[in-house]
Amino acid sequence: MAKSALLKSSIAKKYWMALTGLFLCLFLAGHLAGNLQLIFSDALHFNQYALFMTSNPAVKLLSYLTYISILFHAVDGFLLTYQNIKARPIGYAKNNPSKNSSISSRNMAVLGTLILVFIVTHMVNFWAKMHFDENMPLQTITVEAMGQKQELYLTTNEGYMPVAQVAKSYEDATKTGAQSYIANRTEFYNTQAKVKIGEGYKDLHKITVAFFKDAKFGLIATILYVIAMAVLAFHLLHGFSSAFQSLGLNNPNWTPKIKFFGAAFAIIVPILFAIIPVYIHFFLK
Amino acid sequence: MSSAKNININLKIWRQKNAKAKGSMETYKLDNVSTASSFLEMLDQLNEQLINDKKEPVAFDHDCREGICGMCSLYINGRAHGPDTGTTTCQLHMRKFNDGDTIFIEPWRSKAFPVVKDLVVDRSAFDRIQQAGGFVSVNTSGNTIDANATPIPKQDADKAFEAAACIGCGACVATCKNGSAMLFVGAKVSQYALLPQGKVEASQRVLNMVRQMDEEGFGNCTNTGACEVECPKGISLENIARMNREFLKASIK
Amino acid sequence: MKLDSKIPEGHISKKWTDYKDHLKLVAPNNRPKIDIIVVGTGLAGASAAASLGEMGYNVKAFCYQDSPRRAHSIAAQGGINAAKNYQNDGDSIFRLFYDTIKGGDYRAREANVHRLAEVSGNIIDQCVAQGVPFAREYGGLLDNRSFGGTQVQRTFYAAGQTGQQLLLGAYSALSRQIGLGRVKQFNRHEMLDLVKVDGKARGIIARNLVTGELERHSAHAVVIATGGYGNVYFLSTNAMGSNVTAGWKIHKKGAAFANPCFVQIHPTCIPVHGVNQSKLTLMSESLRNSGRIWVPKKKEDAEAIREGKLKPTQLAEEDRDYFLERRYPAFGNLVPRDVASRAAKERCDAGHGIEANDTNEGVYLDFSTEIQSKGRQAAYAKGNHNPSAEEVTKLGKQWLEEKYGNLFTMYQKITDENPYETPMKIYPAVHYTMGGVWVDYNLQSTIPGCFVAGEANFSDHGANRLGASALMQGLADGYFVLPYTVSNYLADEIRTGKISTESQEFIDAENNVKNSIESLLKNKGSKSVDHFHKRLGLIMWNKVGMARNEAGLKQAIEEIAALKEEFYNDVYVPGTADELNPELEKALRVADFIDLGQLMAMDALQRNESCGGHFREEYQDAEGETLRDDENFSFVSAWEYMGYDISKEILNKEELKYEFIKIAARNYK
Repeated sequence: MAKSALLKSSIAKKYWMALTGLFLCLFLAGHLAGNLQLIFSDALHFNQYALFMTSNPAVKLLSYLTYISILFHAVDGFLLTYQNIKARPIGYAKNNPSKNSSISSRNMAVLGTLILVFIVTHMVNFWAKMHFDENMPLQTITVEAMGQKQELYLTTNEGYMPVAQVAKSYEDATKTGAQSYIANRTEFYNTQAKVKIGEGYKDLHKITVAFFKDAKFGLIATILYVIAMAVLAFHLLHGFSSAFQSLGLNNPNWTPKIKFFGAAFAIIVPILFAIIPVYIHFFLK
Repeated sequence: MSSAKNININLKIWRQKNAKAKGSMETYKLDNVSTASSFLEMLDQLNEQLINDKKEPVAFDHDCREGICGMCSLYINGRAHGPDTGTTTCQLHMRKFNDGDTIFIEPWRSKAFPVVKDLVVDRSAFDRIQQAGGFVSVNTSGNTIDANATPIPKQDADKAFEAAACIGCGACVATCKNGSAMLFVGAKVSQYALLPQGKVEASQRVLNMVRQMDEEGFGNCTNTGACEVECPKGISLENIARMNREFLKASIK
Repeated sequence: MKLDSKIPEGHISKKWTDYKDHLKLVAPNNRPKIDIIVVGTGLAGASAAASLGEMGYNVKAFCYQDSPRRAHSIAAQGGINAAKNYQNDGDSIFRLFYDTIKGGDYRAREANVHRLAEVSGNIIDQCVAQGVPFAREYGGLLDNRSFGGTQVQRTFYAAGQTGQQLLLGAYSALSRQIGLGRVKQFNRHEMLDLVKVDGKARGIIARNLVTGELERHSAHAVVIATGGYGNVYFLSTNAMGSNVTAGWKIHKKGAAFANPCFVQIHPTCIPVHGVNQSKLTLMSESLRNSGRIWVPKKKEDAEAIREGKLKPTQLAEEDRDYFLERRYPAFGNLVPRDVASRAAKERCDAGHGIEANDTNEGVYLDFSTEIQSKGRQAAYAKGNHNPSAEEVTKLGKQWLEEKYGNLFTMYQKITDENPYETPMKIYPAVHYTMGGVWVDYNLQSTIPGCFVAGEANFSDHGANRLGASALMQGLADGYFVLPYTVSNYLADEIRTGKISTESQEFIDAENNVKNSIESLLKNKGSKSVDHFHKRLGLIMWNKVGMARNEAGLKQAIEEIAALKEEFYNDVYVPGTADELNPELEKALRVADFIDLGQLMAMDALQRNESCGGHFREEYQDAEGETLRDDENFSFVSAWEYMGYDISKEILNKEELKYEFIKIAARNYK
C-alpha cells in the first residue's frame, strides 16, 4: 500500500509537483545564466555555451530530466486541476476568495497552462531550430583583409573557414568545385578526401537577435515574451514557497525566510529574463 | 450592547427541498434585526416570519451556538462562516452588517458534503476519515499507566492542543477552491503525531486517513492557505506540512 | 413503586471494589450475541458505546446531531476533577468525595459519589492514553487549577476547551469501534420511544431526521445518555437541540424521574441582550480564579452605569461592593455556583444590577486586580524588579490572554466590549440539571435493562454540582461503571437470542409515535413552536428559577398545565413527516418539556426546604443563606408517571443515609 500511495494519493501528487517544480526553478536559474550572455558576452561565447548545452553528456542528462519534469509537472497539474474541479460540482453564487488567498495561488493552473504554451512556442522558436533545423545558420565573422571583406566560419577548434570555399553539401561541392562542404549540419568536410576538417557553431545568437529584431514581429515577440515572464513571476510567487509546504517543510523559523527568498526569486528571475529581449529589440545595435 | 440598533436587510438564501431536488437562490426581506443578535438568531427571526406567513422555514445546521460544536456552517457573502475571522457562524453578530445590506447565504459546496436540505449538508465524510485512523488504539481499562508517567514537553502538548482544537465544521473544505480536506486531516494527524501516545501507530494512521480522505472525493491541496484564514479555530497550515512529512515517512518505510 | 438503590454493604472505600469483583460476567464468545443500544454520544454515551464495543457487544449508537462529536459535552470549558493530588495540596479520594457531597448540599448518594471519586484518577489516565492534550507545566507534567467549592487544585484542563478535548477523546475511541464494525452509528436519529417487552427494555423507536422514517431497533439493553433538561427554560447554556425527550419517554414507560427541581444556575454567563436571544453563553467558572465579582455600592451609581453616564472603570474602589468576598471571606469569589448565583440575584433584586436590559440583571467580573498582580509577577520573573505601571498592565494582560484568551475573544465577539479594558458583565443562567432519571447503584432505571448515564441520571450531584464534576461523572459512568453493571445485567440474557422488531410491542410503539407526529402536523394552529417554548421558559425562569416560593410554584403548575392545552390546540408545525423538519423536531421536544416543567414545579413545591440549587424563599436564614431540612427532606424524590395529567404523578421517596460523612450545615464563610 505504501508504494501505491506514493504514486496515487493526493499528497504524493503534491510531492511530485513540488519536486518537479523546484527542479524547474533550478533549471530556470541555469537557463538565465546562459541567456544573460546575450547581454554581457559576445556571440561566440553565447554560441559556445549553446553548443555545450546541447552536446555535453551531463547536461544532456539534465535536459532530459528537465523535459520529464515539465511533462510531469504539467500532466500532474492537469490531473490535480481536473480532480479539484470535480470536488466542487456546484459552485457558489457569491464567492469572495480575495479575502483569504492570493490571486496567484488560486490561478496556478491557468498560469501554468500559459507557461506551457510559452514553453512550446519558445521551443519551436529556438530549441527546435537548434536541434532540428536543417537550415540553421553557422556562426560567421566578417573580416577585412586587404581592403576586401571576407566572411569566415568560426570553427570549434578556434580556426576559420572562409564561407566562399564551403558548399552547402557534397553535391554542391562537386558541382561548384568548392574545397569543402558541410555535412551533418555543422561539420566541415574536405571535398576530395571526404574527411572532417572542422566543426562550426550553430549561430543561435543570430537567430535570437533576428527573432526579436524582426521588423514585422520583433516588437510583438518582445512584448509577448515580457508578458510570459510576468505570468512566470506570478506562478513562482506561489509555487516556490508552496513547494516547501508540500514537502512538509514548514516551521516558524524557516517559513518566513523561504517565503522571502521565494518572492525574491519569483520577481528577480523573470525580470532578468525579460530584460534580454527588451535589450535586444530596443538597444542592441 | 447599549449600542445595539435595528437594521433592515435583504437575504438571498439557497433553498433546496432535499438531496435530489434542484435548488435555487431565493430572496427574502427581513426588517428590524437587532445588531446585538447573532447571525443564527437573525435566521430564527426569518423562520418565525416564514412560519407566521405559513411558508416553509429555512433548514440550517446549528446546535451549541457558542462556537465549539462545529455544527453550524453557512457560506455568507462569499466566505465560510461570514466576514469575521476566527468565528463560527453562531458567533457572528449582526453588528457586522449594515442597514440595507443584501446577504448571500449558501451551503458548504463540496462533492464530499452533499446538500441534505436548504443549507444543511452531510459531513459524515469527516467521521469516516476519523474512523479510518483518527485514534489511539487503547481500550478502556482502569489500568493504563499513570497520567504523569510520561512527561510531554509543554511545547508539544500545546501544539497538539492547538491542532486538536479543530471543531470539524468543514469551513476549510468549503472555502478551499479545491474542496480539499487537508487542514482537517492534517490537524488530526498532527495532534497524534506530536504526542508519544500517538507515535506507535503514526504510520498506519496517516496512510489510512489520507486514503479515506481521497476516497471521499475531497480535492487536492494547492497551498492557497484559504483554509487557515477561514478556520474559526485558527488551525495552522503547519499541520498540513506535518501531515505531508508523516505521509512521506510512512510511505517510504 | 419500590425503589431499591442496590447499594452494596461494606465500608465506603471497599463497596465498589467488592461489588465489582462479584458482578456477573458475559464470556467473550457470548458477547457478539448481545445487542446494546446507546442513545446520546456525549461523554457518557460515547465512552459507554466505545467501551461496550471494545468488549465485543454489538452496539448501536444514536445521536440527533450530524456527528457524534457534536454532543454538548463539547461545550464544557473549565476542566475535569480528579483526586490525583499531583499538586500535593492534601487532596485524596475521600476529600473529592466529601467536597462533592457537601457541594451537593447533602442530597446525593454516598456510595455513588465515592465510586465517582475512586475512578476519577483512572479517567485522567485513560484520557491521556487516548492522546487528550491536557495543559502541562514546563516540566512536562500535567497542570491543575482550582474550581469553586474546593480548597485544592484538582482540576485538569485543556485551555477553555476541556469538554471538547475529552469528548473528542471519547469520540476517537467510539470512531475506532465504528471503524472496526463493533459499533453501528446512527447520526441524525432521534429516539422517540422506548419499547418494553415483558417488562424489560428491549429496543427503541427512532426517527431518521433526514428521511423522517420511523425505525425499530431492538436490543438486550438500552443505555440513555442524552444529557440534561436545562432547555426547559428556553434560554440556557445548553445547545439548541439539547432535550429531555429520551429521558421523558422512558419516564412515561415506567422509569422514575428524580429530583427534577434540582437545577444549576451558573453564575457567570453573558447577560440577555434582547427578545430574539436564542441561548446564553457561559463564561467558564475558571474565570473566577482571576476575576472579582462586584456591583456598585450605591444604587445611584448602578443607575448611572445603566444609563451609560458612568463607566465601571471610573468607579472608585471604595464605591464597589465585592459582595462574594464580603459575604464569604473563606472561599471569596470561588464559592459554589448556587451560592454565587443567588448572591448576584440578591444584589440585582436590590437595585444594584448594571446591565441596561429589561431586567437590569448583570454584575461585573473584573480582572483589573489580577492584571496588576500577575503583571508584577511576570515582570519580576523577567528580572525587572522595578516595572513601570504600563509594563505591569501590559504583562498582566498578556498573562490573562495566555490563560483565558479564547474566552475573552468569545466575550468580545458577543458583546462588542473589550474585557481586558472594562470588566465583563455577567449574570447567572441555567446551566446544568442535577435531577434526572432515577437510577440505582448499577445506573439502571426502574425499568430493567434500561440504564441511564451522565447528566441524564440524577445520581451524583445532589442539589448542586461542583464545577468540573460533570465531565468526571459522564466519563466515569461510561468508561468505568456501565461496562461492569450492564454486563452483570446481560449475563442473564445470553440465551435470549435476537429480539424481533416484529412483535406487537414494537408495532404499538411505532404507531404511537406516528400518531403523535401526525396529530402535531395536522394541527392547524396559529403559533410557532418557539412561541410556546419561550412562554414555558418565562414561567420556569420567573417561578421555578433561582428563587422559588409556594404561591409562585402553584401558579406555575396551573399555568404550565394550561399552556399544555394551548400548545396541543394552537401550535403550528409546518412541513411534513417524511423530510428533514426541524420545526417538527422542536415540537416533539417542547411537548416533553412542557410536561417536565410542570413536574419540576411540583417537585419544587413539595420540597419545603432550601438546598443547593433549590432555593425556597420561605426557607432562608437572616443572612439569606439556605435552610436545609434534613429531618424531613433527606430523600430523593422519584416521580412516577400516571398518565397525561402530570399533576397525578406519584411521589416516591428514597431515603438518603449518611454513614461516612457527618451531615452539617453547608458553610463557605
